[in-house]
Amino acid sequence: MRSIAASEAGVKEDQVPQSVMPEFHRYNQQPAMTVQTDVLIHARGLTKRFDALTAVDGVDFDVRVGEAFGFLGPNGAGKTSTMRMIACTSPITDGTLTVLGMDPQREGSRIKARLGVVPQLNNLDAELTVRENLLMYARYFDIPGDVARRRAEELLDFVQLTERANDQVEPLSGGMQRRLTIARALINEPDLLLLDEPTTGLDPQARHLVWDRLYRLKSRGVTLVITTHYMDEAEQLCDRLVVMDHAKIVAAGSPRELIEQYSTREVLELRLTDAVRATLDGRLEDLADRVEELPDRILLYAADGERALEKVHERQVQIESALVRRSTLEDVFLRLTGRSLVE
Amino acid sequence: MTALRVTQRNLWVYRRTWRGSLFGSFLNPLLYLGALGVGLGSFIAAQDTSALGGVTYIQFLGPGLLAAACMQTASFEATFPIMGKISWRRNYEAMLSAPLSVRDLVIGEMGWMAFRLTTMALSFMVVLVLFGIPTSPLAVLGVPAAVLTGLAFFTPIMAFTATRKNDSGFAAMFRFVINPLFLFSGTFFPVDRLPDAIEFVAALTPLYHGVGLIRGLVLQTPDLANWPIHLAYLVAFTLVAAWLAYRLLHRRLVK
Repeated sequence: MRSIAASEAGVKEDQVPQSVMPEFHRYNQQPAMTVQTDVLIHARGLTKRFDALTAVDGVDFDVRVGEAFGFLGPNGAGKTSTMRMIACTSPITDGTLTVLGMDPQREGSRIKARLGVVPQLNNLDAELTVRENLLMYARYFDIPGDVARRRAEELLDFVQLTERANDQVEPLSGGMQRRLTIARALINEPDLLLLDEPTTGLDPQARHLVWDRLYRLKSRGVTLVITTHYMDEAEQLCDRLVVMDHAKIVAAGSPRELIEQYSTREVLELRLTDAVRATLDGRLEDLADRVEELPDRILLYAADGERALEKVHERQVQIESALVRRSTLEDVFLRLTGRSLVE
Repeated sequence: MTALRVTQRNLWVYRRTWRGSLFGSFLNPLLYLGALGVGLGSFIAAQDTSALGGVTYIQFLGPGLLAAACMQTASFEATFPIMGKISWRRNYEAMLSAPLSVRDLVIGEMGWMAFRLTTMALSFMVVLVLFGIPTSPLAVLGVPAAVLTGLAFFTPIMAFTATRKNDSGFAAMFRFVINPLFLFSGTFFPVDRLPDAIEFVAALTPLYHGVGLIRGLVLQTPDLANWPIHLAYLVAFTLVAAWLAYRLLHRRLVK
């Protein structure tokens, strides 16, 4: 998948020299948090209320050094509110939260100095050039000028925007603006990179390029926290994730664990005419562990999809098309909530 | 002083537009003083001008226009650009994700505004000198007085902007607050020409005190004796409004 992503985006592996951002290598030798714990974010009973609305309802999770941790859920599930509390830009209502071993309420500035934040909507300085966006953001972190200039060039190279360095931000494509936002979030060499829906609204090629860059960061040991409503994004990038729905965490684990726990190995997708569907009368129910009826298709969850398909044929059910595939997080979400992730 | 970063950011943006902006700072007073001071002033000279306090009309007008120009520039800077940073372009969100606080935003914007008003007031003062208007070396202090007058509008309007969901209230604010102040706060004629009730209201506005302070310094009029009142009013008004802007911006941005 990696190589496909790279080639689709027209990126050669050797275009980015290994010396780019050498600072990230240090994580490989020794973890950034050499204090007693390797937990970067610790949340227990974390709650956020806005007047009558409970956006986050008592969630527990831990994010460890070097991992890519995901919040998967539909819009409005509470992902962004959780992210903003971690970023110290939204005070918690209840529960406990420590970030990098500190309390966001009292030590927000010290935490923020070590975070990188990629918000859901790009908030770049449209009046400044691409390079100036990085240099100005470096000023906010009090990074000395010569260090900032060196890092800016490295980061522009890393996100492939060197050629646009002196251009205004406004005319850049959505994918380029996204990459610049990611580069900006890295200007302070953060211990923790928070990404709120990093590829929402991007075309497939731009998404793959962003994924590729995030994958590189991860392989250099940068801890990533990602929110997404794309199950493929979660599967691609996340070592561990929590599934959120209606302000609560409904499941937690690695993508593989979640699929094993909440779904079968394979899924048989059937498309039938409405006439055939009307006369099914539960004839498929016993052919799989579980049957899910969606408006446009029927999903049969079975360890062996081909075998299930044979049995469907044996019962002489007339089908328009059939597809056997592996289970995904989408199936996990459907199982847990009864709804699709992206409507 | 992390707030200086916010000032610096605005200066970087200003690097692209400063020429046009500075040109305007010369052109506007030239046009106004030419049309109203020289043109209209020649008619007024034929009348009894004792109400002006023993100065010519163009002398009376010049310092008042400086105060009014600072009010207008500061009012504009406190509306659309601030709104853009709150919700259209969300620059404040980006700044608050870095180790900056809402206090830094307010102080930094005030620092930027003070810089911009200083360049404006200096160029305005050059034009006043070209017209031979100042009669006192104290006129130099008219520049900081003009900056303070601008800030006394910048901070309350910034507080107002922090409460707005969109820009629909701004046109009304300019029409019903800024323009009447421009016309009735002593810029074009002495406020004591007005009915007592309106004169009383005018005396409560920062523009009245700004005009009084600047005119007193530039022309060394008898009103100069009231400088402590004018100054205290402008400083108090600016600081209280800055605190209010901080509170309202905090409520808006840190949810």
